[in-house]
Amino acid sequence: MSNLLGLRRLVIGMSVHRPVRRLSTMSPPFSPILSVQPTRALVDEKLKVVVENLPPGSPVTLHSLHHSEDEDYWEAYGHYVSDFRGIVSVAEDLSFGGTYTGKEDMGLLWSMRPVPGSRKGLRLRKMNICSPLLFNISVYSGHVTEGFREETPLTSALIERWYMAPGVKRIDIRERGVRGTLFIPPGPGPFPGLLDMWGGGGGLIEYRSALLASHGYVSLAMDYFRSQELESAELEFKYFETAFNIIKEHPQVNPDRVGIFGLSLGSLVTMHVAAESTIVKPRCCICVSGSHFYPHDRTLKEVIMEPMTNSHRVRVDENNHHIWRDLWKELLSDPSKKVDVGKINCPILLVNGQDDQNAPADECAEDIAHLMNAAGNGHLLTRVLYPDTGHLIEPPYSPHCRASNFRVAAVAEKTVTLLWGGQTKPHSDAQEDSWKKILSFLQQNLYSSTSPRAKL
Amino acid sequence: MLGLSFGTSKTLKMAVYSQVMKFRMDMKQCIVQLLVQPSRGLADEKFIVLVQNAPPGYQLTVHALHKSEIGHSWEAFGHYTADTTGAVNVSEDPSLGGTYSGVEQMGLMWSLRPVPGSKPGLRLRKTNVQTPMEVTISVYQGHQTEGFMDLVPLAGVVVERWFMAPGVRRIPITEDGLTATLFLPPGPGPFPGLFDLWGGSGKLVEYRSALLASHGIASLVLDYITPKITMETGKMVDLQYFEKAYKVLEQHPQVLSSRIGMLGLSMGAGMTLKLAVYSQVIKLRCAVSFGGSHVQPVEGSVEQMLDFYFKNSDKIRFTEENEVIYRDLSLPIPSDPSLKVDVGRLKCPLLVVLGDDDQNTPSYESAMDMKEMMERAGNNHLLTILSYPNTGHMIEPPYMPYARSGTYRTLDTHERVKVLWGGEMVAHSRAQEDAWRKTLVFLRENLFGNNQGNK
Repeated sequence: MSNLLGLRRLVIGMSVHRPVRRLSTMSPPFSPILSVQPTRALVDEKLKVVVENLPPGSPVTLHSLHHSEDEDYWEAYGHYVSDFRGIVSVAEDLSFGGTYTGKEDMGLLWSMRPVPGSRKGLRLRKMNICSPLLFNISVYSGHVTEGFREETPLTSALIERWYMAPGVKRIDIRERGVRGTLFIPPGPGPFPGLLDMWGGGGGLIEYRSALLASHGYVSLAMDYFRSQELESAELEFKYFETAFNIIKEHPQVNPDRVGIFGLSLGSLVTMHVAAESTIVKPRCCICVSGSHFYPHDRTLKEVIMEPMTNSHRVRVDENNHHIWRDLWKELLSDPSKKVDVGKINCPILLVNGQDDQNAPADECAEDIAHLMNAAGNGHLLTRVLYPDTGHLIEPPYSPHCRASNFRVAAVAEKTVTLLWGGQTKPHSDAQEDSWKKILSFLQQNLYSSTSPRAKL
Repeated sequence: MLGLSFGTSKTLKMAVYSQVMKFRMDMKQCIVQLLVQPSRGLADEKFIVLVQNAPPGYQLTVHALHKSEIGHSWEAFGHYTADTTGAVNVSEDPSLGGTYSGVEQMGLMWSLRPVPGSKPGLRLRKTNVQTPMEVTISVYQGHQTEGFMDLVPLAGVVVERWFMAPGVRRIPITEDGLTATLFLPPGPGPFPGLFDLWGGSGKLVEYRSALLASHGIASLVLDYITPKITMETGKMVDLQYFEKAYKVLEQHPQVLSSRIGMLGLSMGAGMTLKLAVYSQVIKLRCAVSFGGSHVQPVEGSVEQMLDFYFKNSDKIRFTEENEVIYRDLSLPIPSDPSLKVDVGRLKCPLLVVLGDDDQNTPSYESAMDMKEMMERAGNNHLLTILSYPNTGHMIEPPYMPYARSGTYRTLDTHERVKVLWGGEMVAHSRAQEDAWRKTLVFLRENLFGNNQGNK
């Protein structure tokens, strides 16, 4: 750490006592060479960013820019100094300032934020996953902090980041009342399957399913939150069971190896189905940022409205962002308000952030562990809890979203800005680490042979 | 079976499903997994093929299938044995047979050949460089040698091989009577520039320029044998045609006019040498010759070069399969100065790449003569020769399927001839990989580096 401080002082010293030499004013022929590999990658793959042919010891800024589907601009940047060979390697060198500091090979992606002057409460999400996210990676002379648009970079490259691997098939599902999108990996199969559910914002969010299919799982992204249509708890429950069966019955799916993946409200549904269904037998479950407040006889809408009766418990932070975690706290001590997790009989992975300001994920995980241990199925539970990590734990390298505009599908009349929580660096580390753990958990439970048969 | 549409009958679905399930039972519940990285790469990048979760010691075939733009199927395959962890890593494990053997990381690409039953004389070339080449990599049970289309693989993935990196721009050039395409790298520039010349069969072969632009060089590929102007008037182009193309590059706002090089293959290499030495207009920073020769009439342009070959056509030989061997057309290396480019006057670095089994052009003999000429003139420090054993004439960017000969229509009589290139598949493929890497280093040093001061 002291080395970093020492270097920082040296760099600052350089810029104070000697004007930073702009490469553009130097005589040609310095043409820096920027290499970003891979140029086309899946969103969870790492990047290698190297700049060569710089003058030794020259300060440069590495900058990334993305123009989102919603027409907003997102950017990140790091301040570097080339070594004696005239090289900057993001994986090995330290960033001395910018939207991230230190040795961060993926900082140019996860530390992205809306450019100054943007609308507030934004969240970066890719809705059309048949096309990639495009990022412009540029090298600027000197340590720049603003006005990137007005300045010409020394060099830049364009990269593509995909949620869908080549050969993954995307199929619209409109059958038996279920609405969703099915993603099928390339190859003959049969493959393990996954039912994939997002949170209370509703809609059909496809990107995680596309990515899971790119890792070999037939994945159904489900649009399940349509409270106008599903009037009774029973009908709703059948809807989830039907969705699960659609995957299970697919000719390219191994029917014994279908799991459920949920985030936020989706986690509640996951636990609910795993505990209560007599038809659906998931092989394993993953619950991210979830709680277990889902009584058997209630509809989704009722489940969500329940804590709203505690609206006096809605706090706001200094930015007027809503903190919902406390709304649920009272429910913890009331067994009738919770999923009977003692009935779950498949491995279950809970992924939570300690700074989750939307749901009391930490306390719920504790309670779930307690209940399962008492019921004798605690050995099925794996918990991971990340410090300074918020509610929206997504696939890695997407920008951390600490708060964003939210409208609970078909419930709230207006949009509020919800506080999700988390600090950018630890939250991004959590996204990277949890994704690895999730893939490993899925591999172990859905791909590996668990039956103790003799090998050939 | 890959790509079988599951919109077909339920009976068919069940039939396939049960066949696959039987394999699963045979393999004791192991679900073989296949991973190829990168799944979307540039065509000159290597990939890693990893098979996992097979029973240890199991026999497997790793297979590549590509359907070309004109609908022909190409395949390659290697036979492997899973190790004690049930894995196969194509970059580390030896293939025991198939279309390639031994440890060959990219054997699945360069050993691609038309599937049995295809018509003879096929050549794999991507004409539309804006879309990727799609290759399906699959794993089959056992050591299979044929009938892959009737087998159900254990796993399969799709890999994309791109000639254009994201952001590379493709700009057709038709002004001034030129038939050319310019590929610009992404970014503000300015970029070093390069001319890209192909051989006597003509047409615009874009993929090498597309790759070079993906490496940061503004590359212009020029058709000088069959450009629109020749097709319309019947007249071959003169030197001014090349100089006009040079002006386009030199004056382009995103090209560094002092950093323009030239790269040629076969007859294009001959033109490169000619222009590098004699053109008053074209100022090259460096030049690269692939399978080229400096033996040609010094005066004149394309027509004169082609006439020279026709004049000596009694020296053409034939193999038993009626393949044409053109190499003797310019042998022995003449001592007449009007018949060879005076490379002693060359002022820029020159990289000469050749195969010692070149059956089309005496590129080795030519290189030796050039070396001698440059030693006498005192500029041989500019010359680098890369000579590859058992390598033929067509030294192209790596990982494309090797061909020992090519089928063409002759320019004058329009009859189909089979031209012998020479070389042997493994050696030639290795040579292409090594030569391309060294060429990129050479271009980077001369076009990006600071070796020659900018006065």
